[in-house]
Amino acid sequence: MKTVHSKFVFKGGVHPDYHKELSAGSAIETMPAVFHLTVPLSMHLGAPAKPVVKHGDTVKKNQLIAEASGFISAPVHAPIGGKVAAITDTVAASGRPCAAILIEAHDHEEVEFLPPIADWHFADQQVLLNRVAEAGIVGMGGAGFPTCVKLAPPPEKQVDTLILNGAECEPYLTSDHRMMVEHAEELCIGALIARRILGVKKVCVAIEDNKPDAIEALQKAFAGLDDDVEISILRTSYPHGSEKHQIFATTGREVPRGGLPMDVGCVVENISTIYAIYDAVVNHQPLTHRVVSVTGDAITRPANLRVPFGTAYADLIAVCGGVKGKAAKVVSGGPMMGFTVSSLSVPVTKTTSGIVLLSEDRVSGYTSQACISCGRCVEVCPMRILPSELSQCIEADDIEGAEQACLMDCLECGSCAYVCPAHRPLVHHVRRAKAIVAAKRAEAAAKK
Amino acid sequence: MDPILTSTVCIGGVGLVSAVALAVADKFLSVPEDPRIGQITACLPGANCGGCGFAGCSDYARAILFQGLGVNLCSPGGADCAKAIAAVMGCEAGDVEKQVAVVLCGGDETEAIRRSNYNGIADCAAAHATAGGDKACTYGCLGYGSCARICPVNAIRMERGLARVDKEACITCGKCVKACPRKLIKLVPAKAQIHVLCRNKDKGPWVKQICGVGCLGCRICTKLAGDAITMEGFLAVVDYTQAPTNEALIDTCPGHCIRKNA
Repeated sequence: MKTVHSKFVFKGGVHPDYHKELSAGSAIETMPAVFHLTVPLSMHLGAPAKPVVKHGDTVKKNQLIAEASGFISAPVHAPIGGKVAAITDTVAASGRPCAAILIEAHDHEEVEFLPPIADWHFADQQVLLNRVAEAGIVGMGGAGFPTCVKLAPPPEKQVDTLILNGAECEPYLTSDHRMMVEHAEELCIGALIARRILGVKKVCVAIEDNKPDAIEALQKAFAGLDDDVEISILRTSYPHGSEKHQIFATTGREVPRGGLPMDVGCVVENISTIYAIYDAVVNHQPLTHRVVSVTGDAITRPANLRVPFGTAYADLIAVCGGVKGKAAKVVSGGPMMGFTVSSLSVPVTKTTSGIVLLSEDRVSGYTSQACISCGRCVEVCPMRILPSELSQCIEADDIEGAEQACLMDCLECGSCAYVCPAHRPLVHHVRRAKAIVAAKRAEAAAKK
Repeated sequence: MDPILTSTVCIGGVGLVSAVALAVADKFLSVPEDPRIGQITACLPGANCGGCGFAGCSDYARAILFQGLGVNLCSPGGADCAKAIAAVMGCEAGDVEKQVAVVLCGGDETEAIRRSNYNGIADCAAAHATAGGDKACTYGCLGYGSCARICPVNAIRMERGLARVDKEACITCGKCVKACPRKLIKLVPAKAQIHVLCRNKDKGPWVKQICGVGCLGCRICTKLAGDAITMEGFLAVVDYTQAPTNEALIDTCPGHCIRKNA
């Protein structure tokens, strides 16, 4: 194992106030028993899972309750043992309706596990890959892309590097940080399993330099490993957690426009995902829980909780001592890219890395004005596009012009809106335009 | 020779030769065009609204001639236009029923509560995509006027956070129907007087909490109106092929969502 300081720095980016001190010191706690779960069937990118239980069925903890319904899909397991109270519609954090299975807990919980794998050191790659698929593991950083698809790149793509994303560049969030501090040993095994599945030599762990305790813990855990394993210390900058920027920071390779990490021989996996792989292979445990940071200046006791999927945000806030003063905004995910939720009955999913409660002092109401052409957004845009021009095209309903101005390349990282002195809702414009493009493409596809 | 004379003769000569060439080409290479295209286009109102489903009026005229489409698809033109085209084509005009757009929501800012403070782009689709919009009712009119902006004849106005259609001005082009992210706008026969101004499919007690004029799903109207109102889950829906006329419906509706002349 060797430690390197990354010498590649991407162009642009911002340095928001991180406020990670609120919850960075709180050890991961297990959420006290919850009695009602609303487990969404679409916690991942791709086709929603198909229920295999019906109303009134009794389910064991970890039992499969919904199976994957396509190539890009993931199964869902019961986080607690109990009775299926209903299969109904709920509202996801993004505000979109989605189907969910309601589970009411039993007093006496029965547990089942995935079939054991004797020793992963000697297990077949395909066996390990199937385990990742059957455990329902998806990218837990936010996108929710099924991990089994990512770990099985098509043969024409030469993958040589596995990158573990421990940047956690979003302000406030500390779930991955705590995971690295407390579960470094498990992450080490998880990384080796993922390396075996991919059949690569080189493993890079990317961590920003604002997490010295995590770096130290990982150095200790990875100490005995060969020199192909590298801990890459990145200079703190937002958005270092973005796949493309992280690949550049760790390897110096640039993902081509519209390309995927595998085009430059890399696969990037989030820290929590690697832990889930460890849990599934070594402990035969399907993915049913995750660590969620409940933080912000409007929560009484900021904490990192290990929570079963389907728990309502309101339950998490109650465990953390409730709201301090008055919360003006509740954000699912980080404040830069997260969604503001309009209801606290929204359930925790595989991609919920944190819940941020902000008081009125932290949330400013603003009136957006016309672009003053100052160019600050152009300076900070990590994708090197022109957010000012792009947003003006969209305002004028010139969606084709926006597509030419690289609309689809936008990461929606929010750096531009963060620095805009005219308070222009730049990301909001982009999201609206992307939705229009998606609708147009769907219409065109339907015509064919 | 005088340079002025030279250039005049040269340019004039080139012009003359080209004129002769064009005249010959017009005579021998001309493509005969059906004169009815012009006649039909002249009958159409020329608004190029796209309501018929074609790019503009002359496009629709071509579709009538070459694809054998019906002559009664132009809503702005109405019955007169259909008759005029039928005369050109020598066929029957068929029935043209004047339709108008209606916004099926009555929850204005005094009746429907807002659950959050929306600070983004003043556009309905953008608000709808942000955690389902700021209105507590996830089916109701958001009031950011996307339909009003797209209306080519300014027939939609915003009143107390609610879109309202001017029946007289509406040309039935259907652009607002496509613009509404909540799918609240419907084209209905202009003679239909009574509407259920609600699209909320949730259960009654919840609707009552969030809106003063929501459909509670009580089914009283279905008993009074016969087949003209049917239930879709917990929502009463008017069947406009046999639009209800019983005005007693308006006073009986405990949700106050059945109204006349919306």
